[in-house]
Amino acid sequence: MSSLTIQDRVLKVIATSKRLPLESVQADGSFEALGIDSLDRLNILFDLESEFDIEINDEEAKQIKNIHEMVEGITHLLQAKTSSSPSE
Amino acid sequence: MHRVVVTGTGVISALGHNTAGFWQSLTTGTSGIREIENIDTSQIRFKHGAEVRGYVPEEYFEAKDISLMDRFAQFAVLSAREALAEAGIEWTQTLREETAVITGSCLGGRGAEESGYWELFHNGKSRVHPLTIPLSMSNAGASHICMQFGIEGPAYTISTACASSAHAIGQAFWMVRSGAAPLAIAGGSEAPMFLGGLKAWEALRVVSKDTCRPFSAERSGLVLGEGAGMLVLEPLEAALARGARPLAEIVGFGMSADAGHITQPVATGPSRAMKLALRDGSLAPEQIGYINAHGTATEANDRIETAAIHSVFGSHAGKLAVSSTKSMHGHALGAAGAIEAVSSILSLRHGILPPTANFLTADPACDLDVIPNQARMASVEACLSNSFAFGGLNAVLAFKAFV
Repeated sequence: MSSLTIQDRVLKVIATSKRLPLESVQADGSFEALGIDSLDRLNILFDLESEFDIEINDEEAKQIKNIHEMVEGITHLLQAKTSSSPSE
Repeated sequence: MHRVVVTGTGVISALGHNTAGFWQSLTTGTSGIREIENIDTSQIRFKHGAEVRGYVPEEYFEAKDISLMDRFAQFAVLSAREALAEAGIEWTQTLREETAVITGSCLGGRGAEESGYWELFHNGKSRVHPLTIPLSMSNAGASHICMQFGIEGPAYTISTACASSAHAIGQAFWMVRSGAAPLAIAGGSEAPMFLGGLKAWEALRVVSKDTCRPFSAERSGLVLGEGAGMLVLEPLEAALARGARPLAEIVGFGMSADAGHITQPVATGPSRAMKLALRDGSLAPEQIGYINAHGTATEANDRIETAAIHSVFGSHAGKLAVSSTKSMHGHALGAAGAIEAVSSILSLRHGILPPTANFLTADPACDLDVIPNQARMASVEACLSNSFAFGGLNAVLAFKAFV
């Protein structure tokens, strides 16, 4: 699990959620090209929040149009989470 | 075929507990959207709602009745009580046996269902409250109206999400018009302010974090509301014969299904419903002076609804006034169509068009005259009230001023 990059995990979540073969979901793909509609987006956001234990706000989510932006956004959220969480 | 008039209206909403308070707020552009008070929103990403405030069931119902009615059923009975009082119906046994009661609700008493299941799901209890089923069934509103007023005719409930009560009023209108019922009470009620329900709306990412700004470039989603609206419908000749005062005439009803996407609207379904309502009411598009829009303030609805209005009305779309009163009473889901029908009727009766409140700047994709922020004095001959549901089910009502 730890050997997977954030990008790998995002690709996997999208493939699972959209019921696509993993190899068809590429890091440079757009949501449009993958046939991801508004309801698919909701499901993917929901699954990504569970996968990374983060909260993706509605306004930021609306700006995201492709997988690259999604990976970037999640990376930021994970960084913010690490820097703000108390030392355990 | 009878001409059908509205002789009574009742409303309970974030804009007060009766029609007078409702109309006062609408015509002054006063929004009832506030921070949600009745439930703890600490687990919810949005904080605003259009709640019925200062509501104390004991002020309206006997204690024995309260325990049998979920909030949504109480709202249904209250608004029916107000509408019947205004209509001044004098009951005979025959009239009781033939009067129709048709209500709409999206969620019914799902709040009671949540409470009923709470102990089971969270606290390891094996028992559920014995009234969970009768409290939560969606027809409870219709049933309690029948019981409270001794009405024994055809009674049922329609659940088409955000179009529920528009479908209910349309059905009742057709029943009275055809002679199938000599009188009908129709409308809808909703009480969606419970944790599970609000969390489900949150997950759809369509609820605004601040307020409801229909047709505005800054719109950021809908704001949930609660309440009820009811109409009393009867044949014109019956109303006049008993000396009742028609508030408006209901002339048309159109419905359609998008058959497209479960949540993403398209313009063709709403367009067809509007055209069918015009045809059903023998109305030319130019006779319509005002549309009470579905106007949820989601990005998609307002853009699609604008396109649909353009496609139905052509150049007349530029002369129409269109407003979304959801900016003030919130989106009361299954009650929305009825609450907005009351607003439409009062607009015709008083010659005042309520505004789209909370409006900031125009969106080029919503280029209609949306009556921003200030009510307008305008006598219009006829109006439409639009309701478009998730699931792509559309219902449009047409009303004419009674002069």
